[in-house]
Amino acid sequence: MKFFILTCLLITSVSAISNAQKVNFLTVEQLESRFNKGNDTVYVVNFWATWCAPCIAEIPNFEKLQSTYQNQPLKVLMVSVDFKSKLENAVKPFVRKRNLQNEIFLLNEKSQQEYIDKISKNWSGALPATLIVNRNKNIRRLYEKEFTYAELNQVYQELK
Amino acid sequence: MKKLLTLCFLAFGLIARAQTSGYAVGDIVSDFSLRNIDSKMISMADYKEAKGFIVVFTCNTCPYSNAYEDRINELNKNYQAKGYPVIAINPNDPVSQPGDSFDKMRARAKSKNYSFPYLADPDHKVTRNFGASRTPHVFVLQKTSKGNIVRYIGAIDNDTENTSSNKSEYVQNAVDALLAGNKPGLSFTKAVGCTIKWKKTQG
Repeated sequence: MKFFILTCLLITSVSAISNAQKVNFLTVEQLESRFNKGNDTVYVVNFWATWCAPCIAEIPNFEKLQSTYQNQPLKVLMVSVDFKSKLENAVKPFVRKRNLQNEIFLLNEKSQQEYIDKISKNWSGALPATLIVNRNKNIRRLYEKEFTYAELNQVYQELK
Repeated sequence: MKKLLTLCFLAFGLIARAQTSGYAVGDIVSDFSLRNIDSKMISMADYKEAKGFIVVFTCNTCPYSNAYEDRINELNKNYQAKGYPVIAINPNDPVSQPGDSFDKMRARAKSKNYSFPYLADPDHKVTRNFGASRTPHVFVLQKTSKGNIVRYIGAIDNDTENTSSNKSEYVQNAVDALLAGNKPGLSFTKAVGCTIKWKKTQG
């Protein structure tokens, strides 16, 4: 039994580490299909970049939101809009260094002009930006601002 | 209940309006008077010979602004003589973003050889009038008998990283069209940038 628990712990910790260090490319289309086909009801999608200081400052709040509501149908997705050429030398090292547990993606789109509008007509392109989708309530809201944890939690409570 | 709903819609409408306030293409711009890094006050009215302006909201501290600063310099060098000078405005509050203080602006302009005025708008008055929401954020204005009219709002080009050989030069194309007596073919674009560092409200 002891061995079993240890093995379980090992497996979960290894998968947590590998989870934390994986950064996949993501198109807007793939993001939309995640909203439609994923297992969760509320999606909090934070758009950030390794060069964006206020984005980096609020990242722990998104980590905390996900870990606090682990048992609710909430998924926090962190989508970096760094240049695709920065995947290996900026985004991955950043994610590794901070040991981020949320799912991290690098946006795989060519035209800012097109993808900003596809994500939300209300987004001017400024970072940080956060999109909150509740597919059961048909809510899709874009916030072009930096969140404190209290603000983020409040918005989640309102929209969930 | 109906009344309440109407009220809610009205409130949301107001919020939406507040968020999207600012100039749209075709609007007439009010002149401003802001302090340049040489401490002189600058207004659009000072430019008697200008045919229009390339107003760029930009700052010291946003990496995307930094990525564009050589291109902003080029725009001024190319279009000032043709009647479309660049006027750069720093929209950030130097208290929440110390890297955008007046002294730091002066230092940055000097080290990067800015050929254009770099004005401070620490109270966000002009920034709010324009409805600038990010840096860099460009407004191309055309001087007419009615006033300075907004002809283009958006990004400088579609290639922040500056690696593509066939990028779309949005601002250049817009000003070229105006110089040729036409309206820009593309008058509104979006691009990734940094949020404006607004003054923190008290309390």
